Amino acid sequence: MNVVVCVKQIPDPAAPAALDPGTHNLVRSGKLILDDSDAYGVEMALQLADAAGGGEVTLVSMAPNGETSGLRTALAMGAAKAILVSDDSLAGSDALSTAKVLAAAIRRAEPDLVIAATESTDGYTGTTPVQVAELLGLPSVTFAKKVEVDGQTVKVERQTEAGYDEVTSPLPAVVTVTAGVVEPRYPSFKGIMAAKSKPVDTLTAADLGLDGSQVGAGGARQQIISVVEAEARSAGEVVVDEGDAHERVIQFLEQLKIL
Amino acid sequence: MSIETIWVLAEVADGKPITTSLELITQARSLAGTVEAVAWGPGTADVAGTLGEHGVTTVHDVGDIGDALPGVPVASAVAAAVAAGKGPDAILFPATYDGRDIAGRLSAKLDRPVLTNVVGLSADDGGLVSQHAIFGGTQVVTARFTGEGPGIFVVRAKSFAAEPSGGAAAAVVPLAVDDTGATNTAVVVARHVEERSGPKLDEADVVVSGGRGLGEKDSYAMIEELAGLLKGAPGASRAIVDAGWVPYAYQVGQTGKTVKPTVYLACGISGATQHLVGMKNAKNIIAINKDQDAPIFTVADLGIVGDVHKVVPKLIEALKARG
Ligand SMILES: Cc1cc2nc3c(=O)[nH]c(=O)nc-3n(C[C@H](O)[C@H](O)[C@H](O)COP(=O)(O)OP(=O)(O)OC[C@H]3O[C@@H](n4cnc5c(N)ncnc54)[C@H](O)[C@@H]3O)c2cc1C
Ligand SMILES: Cc1cc2nc3c(=O)[nH]c(=O)nc-3n(C[C@H](O)[C@H](O)[C@H](O)COP(=O)(O)OP(=O)(O)OC[C@H]3O[C@@H](n4cnc5c(N)ncnc54)[C@H](O)[C@@H]3O)c2cc1C
Repeated sequence: MNVVVCVKQIPDPAAPAALDPGTHNLVRSGKLILDDSDAYGVEMALQLADAAGGGEVTLVSMAPNGETSGLRTALAMGAAKAILVSDDSLAGSDALSTAKVLAAAIRRAEPDLVIAATESTDGYTGTTPVQVAELLGLPSVTFAKKVEVDGQTVKVERQTEAGYDEVTSPLPAVVTVTAGVVEPRYPSFKGIMAAKSKPVDTLTAADLGLDGSQVGAGGARQQIISVVEAEARSAGEVVVDEGDAHERVIQFLEQLKIL
Repeated sequence: MSIETIWVLAEVADGKPITTSLELITQARSLAGTVEAVAWGPGTADVAGTLGEHGVTTVHDVGDIGDALPGVPVASAVAAAVAAGKGPDAILFPATYDGRDIAGRLSAKLDRPVLTNVVGLSADDGGLVSQHAIFGGTQVVTARFTGEGPGIFVVRAKSFAAEPSGGAAAAVVPLAVDDTGATNTAVVVARHVEERSGPKLDEADVVVSGGRGLGEKDSYAMIEELAGLLKGAPGASRAIVDAGWVPYAYQVGQTGKTVKPTVYLACGISGATQHLVGMKNAKNIIAINKDQDAPIFTVADLGIVGDVHKVVPKLIEALKARG
């Protein structure tokens, strides 16, 4: 079974994020890393391919400056190869443009199953995978907390407001996974060494038959007017517990007439 | 683009429109002359009264979709209406599982972008301007659509207050599902409801949440006990949901529930931006954390630097003693 995993390479979330004051695009100049949210998808794909008795896991990523650090992490986990779409014309892409690029790249891999995260850590639009599914004409199941493949059917436990639904879909399909679906493995030393020589096919938008009116800032039909700091909440009273801090909590709740 | 008509996705749960849909309908009233709704399921006629009371004149009813997931059929029905020139100027979706699915599908069908994580909407020069909470709500972006077609907005819960305006029951008109090809082939084979007692997490006046600082699954029992004593709802950080200590329905934050209680009590929660975005609009925040540098203290009105295993049991004891 061949599985494609969409993996986003993002600025390190530990460093404060910033928007470029001119373009209002996220500053992506530093080294990019594998979005932690996608480590779950990579692990899930590896386990499913294993359970199916073989097949390949192919990574698909769109990222600036030919960035491959995040891809190498996922290759070190065990993915076989990667398709990277990197092109200056893709700067400023919105979620739909991103989906067009990913869908075109995924088509090349002819997968049985496409896995993505429910939302990325930096943009967290949360719609890209469904947009990909629609562009590919595939069914989709989002918010998976458990995924199994049985022949030509994928079985998913999908989170809901009330609990979860058991959903089945014929393959090929797009499935988005939540953190917690599986525990991602750490790349082994052997895996890291092997990843260095695994193939990464780097493509431009034009290679995929997409032009500037469809993708990138040219394709984005939304405009950012301003960016301001949100109203910050200020810190209040701090009490170090000396064995009686619960009394202060009770008092506070009394003041609020909760008690 | 002047805004005459807005459609709002009216999601129905337990026989009622969800609160977020009513919040969006209320806000839409101040933005457009005509507010209509899109609904699906067997019981649309039963919610036409409540929708009308909040200002909806017409409900476009996709009808019973059986065991299908709503994303494809509802988006295809709306897309067909837009293609036939009967669509609205903007469509508002609650940021729920199904809301996001439908909005994403619709965006690709119409080749229109989608604006997500919306927390504010206003009218300006005849168009809609949206506010977005980004970077875990630390910054607010103001944006607008350029170009033709309906604007698609996915709005976070509790961005507006729901208020009835006293209208008559909305008229229910059918909205036909278009050809969906191979996309509409996923089916729900079983539904599981995880029972919980007490007030609903996103409606409770008091929310008591636990995080990884509880140390182990069994310690969550004291969070539930404390919440019960305060007639509130227990909540959780994602860390302990991922760890399988509590069901996902307990999660507060970016990917979980947005809560705005009178009091939010965070126990052993660090205060990651993705958690804060779901609770920092609580009227009062109390945090118990043993690390005085934990980010949760930057938003807490009352911060207790201490061990949850000492403070919480004493709090429970004191509340019990009050009877
Ligand atoms: C703060 C902020 C707010 C934004 N708001 C909006 C908005 O309202 N509307 C809009 O259209 N765009 C928005 N964008 C732009 C949007 O984030 C980008 O277009 C991005 O390329 C795709 O969206 P996402 O990361 O939010 O994807 P999500 O839909 O959150 O991603 C879900 C999953 O899809 C896969 N995926 C997404 N992008 C890639 C990629 N480049 N390569 C491989 N896999 C990928 C990953 O598995 C990812 O976890 C915003 C960006 C930022 C930084
Ligand atoms: C895309 C994305 C979406 C996310 N969505 C959400 C979301 O919706 N909701 C959410 O909550 N998170 C979300 N997260 C995860 C978030 O980033 C944090 O990882 C999570 O909130 C941490 O949970 P925690 O505070 O319980 O755990 P930790 O960060 O591990 O914090 C535990 C805290 O407990 C304290 N502590 C330890 N022992 C004790 C003790 N004995 N007594 C008192 N205090 C103690 C520690 O000092 C620490 O501050 C998301 C992340 C991503 C990338």
